[in-house]
Amino acid sequence: MDWSRILVNVAGEIFAPTTAAYALAAIGLNVHFGLTGLLNMGQAGFMLLGAYGFAISTIAGWPLWAAVLVAIACAAVFGLLLGIPTLKLRGDYLAIVTIAAAEIVRLVGRSTALTELTGASSGLRGNSYKDTFQDASPFPDGTVALGPFEYAMNASNSWWVRIVGWAVVALACLLIWLLIRSPWGRVLKGIREDEDAVRSLGKNVYSYKMQALVLGGVIGAVAGIIYVLPRAVQPDSMGRPMTFFVWTILLLGGAATVFGPVLGSIIFWVSLMLIKSVMRVGVPESIMRTEQIEQFGWIVVGVTLMLLVIFRPQGILGDKKELAIDVR
Amino acid sequence: MRRAATRDRSTAGALAALGVLLLSLFFLLADPGTARAASAGCAADAATGCINGTIRTADQQPAVGVVLDVDGPGGASSATTDAEGRWTVAVTAAGEYTVTLDVATLPAGETLRDPAGNPRTVTVALGSSTGALFPLGAPPAGGSGGSDDAGADPEPGSTAPADGEVGAPTGSSDSGSFSWGRLAQQASSGLVFGVLLALASVGLSLIYGTTGLSNFAHGEQVTLGAIVAYVAVQSFGLPLLVAGVIAVLVGAASGWVQDAGIWHPLRKRRVGTTQQMIVTIGLSMALQYTYQFFFGGGALRIVTTTPTMVTLGPVRISATSLWSLLIAAVVLAGVAYFLLGTRVGRATRAVSDNPALAAASGITVDRIVRLVWILGAALAALGGVLMGLYLNATSWNMGGALLLLMFAAVTLGGLGQAFGALAGSIVIGLVVEMSNLVIPSDMRYAGALLILILVLLLRPQGILGRAERIG
Repeated sequence: MDWSRILVNVAGEIFAPTTAAYALAAIGLNVHFGLTGLLNMGQAGFMLLGAYGFAISTIAGWPLWAAVLVAIACAAVFGLLLGIPTLKLRGDYLAIVTIAAAEIVRLVGRSTALTELTGASSGLRGNSYKDTFQDASPFPDGTVALGPFEYAMNASNSWWVRIVGWAVVALACLLIWLLIRSPWGRVLKGIREDEDAVRSLGKNVYSYKMQALVLGGVIGAVAGIIYVLPRAVQPDSMGRPMTFFVWTILLLGGAATVFGPVLGSIIFWVSLMLIKSVMRVGVPESIMRTEQIEQFGWIVVGVTLMLLVIFRPQGILGDKKELAIDVR
Repeated sequence: MRRAATRDRSTAGALAALGVLLLSLFFLLADPGTARAASAGCAADAATGCINGTIRTADQQPAVGVVLDVDGPGGASSATTDAEGRWTVAVTAAGEYTVTLDVATLPAGETLRDPAGNPRTVTVALGSSTGALFPLGAPPAGGSGGSDDAGADPEPGSTAPADGEVGAPTGSSDSGSFSWGRLAQQASSGLVFGVLLALASVGLSLIYGTTGLSNFAHGEQVTLGAIVAYVAVQSFGLPLLVAGVIAVLVGAASGWVQDAGIWHPLRKRRVGTTQQMIVTIGLSMALQYTYQFFFGGGALRIVTTTPTMVTLGPVRISATSLWSLLIAAVVLAGVAYFLLGTRVGRATRAVSDNPALAAASGITVDRIVRLVWILGAALAALGGVLMGLYLNATSWNMGGALLLLMFAAVTLGGLGQAFGALAGSIVIGLVVEMSNLVIPSDMRYAGALLILILVLLLRPQGILGRAERIG
């Protein structure tokens, strides 16, 4: 493997579907945490539900739009169910409940009792639910090379997934930009800063929090769909680590900003890829085995998260005065 | 003067608490014959499936050093049989695997009984173990007198679906068939599991109580204990007792290091508890992958001997579990005495109640918090060792898998209430094991987590918490 190949691989991460999916998930989390101050530690649960909802209804023969609606509905109901017991409680309760609920989704999804529906721990194979999405592509089949990047036009890890994924990310950014400026967004920020002050203005804090939780969760579900389109629905690959990566991305880019999640996701995946491919070339097998390089990458992510929260909680784009992470 | 006296007392208190912890470990080796680990298990978990087997020569001796290559969707790997002829391969993707025995590595004079059965294809599911058999010896037609089971056996129970996250303890997998015997069996497993869980969650609760921090890295303290014991026993050949003591000491030291190196400076910087909580998440991630970096993703068995099973009425339980139960009970009683009967313990509860008021009445809050970190980490390490023995194996994510159960226990008992954590752990343990009777066993952790959510809905202050506005 030579350096130009590494560079192409690393640059490919900038617009990879995974990067788009994580950016979108972080945008959803931004609605929860950045705008409203909700500590959602179960974003992967929303994503997994979205992925299941989409894949299962597609396999059942539903059209593309209906399958996406099912995914969105799943996330909305999940958000409502989570919000009812916890939104009146202190912030860390929501953290514990959301992380537990995401685990429940994963444990139930991988249970052998539901093998017919979810494929248990081996999950649902990508080819069983990709067809409707690929058929919706207006482009001809085949492989297209753009500069050094060469992907299939429609199949699996394709240009089509990239185009749709980043279009959705752009739409979500626009939505957040409009929301932040809207009266609704100002109430959310008020809740983040001082819940009691907003309550004293006669706003129904509980209802606003619930709306934010559901909206962010729905964005997460769409992210889940984009995440599984180039691969398979694997419950175990969408567990707690995924939530933590989304958090790292959000805090890296900057919570409560419009482009923070996108920038964070790009930096996260590009640097992870860079670290891993450089180490694969530069570190001899005798010092670090290939799978150890993988784990080394995740150790770096964990340490980055710690350092970020301690030394620069506002991230790259954020404003320290605006965002004070604190318990309410 | 007075402050010096308090310091002496707090040091003495810490030493006393640790002493109880260490002393109790002596029980573990009081009966070296029985205090060995349980049957061969495989820490098949969410992301791991296991293929294993035992290879014995025609005259029933373990075949050592036989190399097996495994190839399939999760990649190729190889295994070598250990001193007891056992081999295990951990795989990270489900599917069909080809197991090839390298005939050249068989002990001299040994041949496969059925050469056509090599290579052999097995189907592996994540979260469970699959046996692959390679009988050795003359073909049965030769009438050598060797009975059919003279060759290799898959390890007992190895084909039973392993539990959702960690190795399957004792529960059988078929749900639905109710009997009082099974009820008693599951209840006793639940009790053992709950008491072991309590060791870990009491620390979590104390840390929450005194600092307000939900420590998501507490599971890694549990794993640390188990892994240190594994290294001490397997790499340095130390007896289990010494290994357990070392694990608890290392755990205590790690608690001190963590508080001195991370949490105390953060409190000094006035970093909010939510921010600190996200730091614990980063720490948990870094530690988990560090364990995986050094020890791999497979199962780590602290001891590899076959357990002695004891029959008590309708219940069959391994001797190790009984000793673990006893040790855990003694240690928890020690902790209770520490909290209720000693000055430092009362100071701890005072800090837990109201740090500012405690500080105003002359308690050095920082010292109490440091002590709580040391005690909590030591308890977690002990819990890790015992849990590793109870589950037959530990792995890099054992603590992570238990973390949410600990949180469920702590929340159920009332956040920050040490005795609540104890009661909550036992309830969670019973629920996890007894839910086997009605729901599939791989969903039982989900049942426990559902209880967590229901408790927050109905009684957010927990079983023993005071009713006050939380939020």
